[in-house]
Amino acid sequence: MSLDLATDTKITWCPGCPNSQILVSFRQAVEEFVADGTMELQNIVAGAGVGCHGKISDYLEVNTFNSLHGRIVPTLTGIKLANPTLEVVGFSGDGDSFSEGFNHITHAARRNTDISLFLHNNQVFALTTGQATSTSTRGFKGGTTPQGSIDEPMNPALIMLAVGATFVARTIASDITKTKEILKAAMLHKGFAFVDIIQPCITFFDTREYYKERVHWLSEKHEKKSLDAAFDAVRGASEKKVPLGIFYQVEKPTFEELV
Amino acid sequence: MDAGSSTIRTIAIGGAAGDGIREAGINFSELLNELGYKTFSSFDYPSLIRGGHNYSRVSYAEHIVRADYRELDVLVAVNAESVRIHAKTLKPDARIFVEEAYVSELADLNLPLISIPMKKIAEETNAPQVARTSSAFGAYGYTLGITLDQLKKIAAKVFANVGADINVALVEKGYQLMQKSGRTQDECRLPEEIPDEIGEVIDGNRAVAKGFLAAGLEAYVGYPMTPSTSTLQFLAKAGKERGLKVVHPEDEIAVINMALGMSYAGKRVAVGTANGGVALMQESLSLAGVSEVPIVILESMRMGPATGVATHTSQGDLQFTLHVGHGEFPRFVVAPGDVEECFVCAADALNMAWKYQLPAIVLSDKHLSESYMSVTLDEGSKGPDLGKRANTDGEEPYNRYKITEDGISPLAFPGTKGAVVKATSYEHNEEGEATEDAHEVTEMQDKRFRKLQGLYHDFAWFPTVKTYGDQNSDAIVVFWGSTKGAALEAAKQLSRPAKFVQILWMEPFDTERVKSELYGAKVLIDVEANHTAQLAALIREKTGIEIHNKVLKYDAQPFTPTALAEEINKFL
Repeated sequence: MSLDLATDTKITWCPGCPNSQILVSFRQAVEEFVADGTMELQNIVAGAGVGCHGKISDYLEVNTFNSLHGRIVPTLTGIKLANPTLEVVGFSGDGDSFSEGFNHITHAARRNTDISLFLHNNQVFALTTGQATSTSTRGFKGGTTPQGSIDEPMNPALIMLAVGATFVARTIASDITKTKEILKAAMLHKGFAFVDIIQPCITFFDTREYYKERVHWLSEKHEKKSLDAAFDAVRGASEKKVPLGIFYQVEKPTFEELV
Repeated sequence: MDAGSSTIRTIAIGGAAGDGIREAGINFSELLNELGYKTFSSFDYPSLIRGGHNYSRVSYAEHIVRADYRELDVLVAVNAESVRIHAKTLKPDARIFVEEAYVSELADLNLPLISIPMKKIAEETNAPQVARTSSAFGAYGYTLGITLDQLKKIAAKVFANVGADINVALVEKGYQLMQKSGRTQDECRLPEEIPDEIGEVIDGNRAVAKGFLAAGLEAYVGYPMTPSTSTLQFLAKAGKERGLKVVHPEDEIAVINMALGMSYAGKRVAVGTANGGVALMQESLSLAGVSEVPIVILESMRMGPATGVATHTSQGDLQFTLHVGHGEFPRFVVAPGDVEECFVCAADALNMAWKYQLPAIVLSDKHLSESYMSVTLDEGSKGPDLGKRANTDGEEPYNRYKITEDGISPLAFPGTKGAVVKATSYEHNEEGEATEDAHEVTEMQDKRFRKLQGLYHDFAWFPTVKTYGDQNSDAIVVFWGSTKGAALEAAKQLSRPAKFVQILWMEPFDTERVKSELYGAKVLIDVEANHTAQLAALIREKTGIEIHNKVLKYDAQPFTPTALAEEINKFL
């Protein structure tokens, strides 16, 4: 019998929003894990912050904790520490983890707490109708930056490598199968796993065409255990190409093991 | 001297930060406690690590002592400044032990100084200078009139965790120095006369920690902030043996959210901070309110606003604590007044948090958190209340926010087969999914507020209000929190007897009880360590009773008994 991971709640993302693709990828990942006996459904906890991404918790018939804006990461850390047998994942946004409460994700990464954090990176505050986040491109014209954003954007994957995440990957929501595989790899990883999911906002910052032309998957030869290779790959993003795949994966003692 | 303090003796130990003054205060208290005396000691220090002027003050008697007195019978001064600062408060026959190096420069004071070469003795004994007050401990022990053997036995116990051998050696040298000088000894209670029941010397912060532990604490999360830090440090150390998870994360916001995550996953967790830390936590406190994730907070007030007088006391955040967190949600706020109440109220708060699934706050302050008292905590008297648990046999779907008559939705935790457990910061339906439906929004709020009915029934079984003094007096003094110590000491020094009323439960407020306790007062006096008479405002809000006579102190120092008695007497 296949699992029904949908709830009765009506999906209120914009029709065609790539958030729905992330939802499908995650549901598939869970279904496969439960079907092959890798995980038991009751042990999966999915947290979310606040922003468009956060609605995902209402659409998942699994344990969820929909926390405050910017605060999902410490909440997840607490859940995993309280019961390390739980499989703890979190959905967050570029506004939710790299603008408000940015310090939490850096500390969770350096602690190597055994959670997976999936970043719905749409480079815009969408639920508040279109303002610049810390990953918006310079010159982005939003409600609070009518003349264009004057700030340089952050590169979340680069930051996660710098602060000690033991799993760093990037994917694009439109590639549902690849995204599912990367989410699964992140969930299986022991330690802090970070996945930057390019999730174009079709209403306030439609980057679908931009990324379609530029994304490319890392070659099979990429050395996942090399931090230098990971930095090179992540820095390799440019106007011309945006690399996707698992940049970095090493095993280190986790926060829960050491507390 | 006033009659009230005639059987109470007081010692001060003064020096610079880094001289081990706080520890010395505890050591002297423990010595007296071992002799069967009841002690109260406070520690006054500036916000710096080296230098400045610190002092510990220990008052003791054969009966319970609830505050330290200003007038000194003994001064132990590690530097010259200490003698100059305390000279005005010395009783005429006070003994003054001074570091030898400063005796000559203090000649102008014309005081009978007892020179103790604390620094030199420490050097000769290869002891760290931070332990040098131990020779004064020995000298003082001699003057108490006990034998060297008796003192050494006590010292071995007092210094058991901090290098007993070296400290006992220092104590012995100090004792012998006095013995050789042929000084007179006082008559004190000797070890063979000690009552069977001697308590422990413990501060409010540790008593709170012990209360949490008694009520089944499994985890503690905190970020250091005076005056709450010692609870975190105590549990970090004590927790290891008990399998307690103790975490110090990146900031107070992480503290409470991490704790809420732990609680959601089923762990009984507490957090601790000062008032400023609670200010940082307040959005998450509101999250605890709406998500009904049980959480208990130790909030120890220091003087604000902002960084304020960082290492000094205040009762300036009662109203803040009653309202902290946006939106409306039920909460539990209790304000213990002494070390024993810290233990009881902390245990009760953790249990209330789980019984009613709401945020519970234990409101302390610097004077209560960091002052030590001789007490015997009844650690077996408090057990955990696990709260209402769900039956998750799968017959009917589990709804985390099930609408119930008593407002309490049965708890289940992630990892439970057949239960999908949802928590959320959004207003939500029974399943825990966000809602904007007017009916559901109303219904869920009504459910949460129905939990207060249970708490109202609990009024009968918990110490919401306590009374002291002359129950028939028409002069009534109302107070709360750490002011209890000075208030009950002051009660012995009044021009006419008064009734004293202490309010412990601030939210929910036991309105009928407070009304009945204040009924018939001809003179009603409010005593608080703040500028705006926040308890008086609460009493007026809840009971309609307006208190016109107020004794307010907002100089960042706690009330002292004699000065408070003088203020109260003005109204009597």
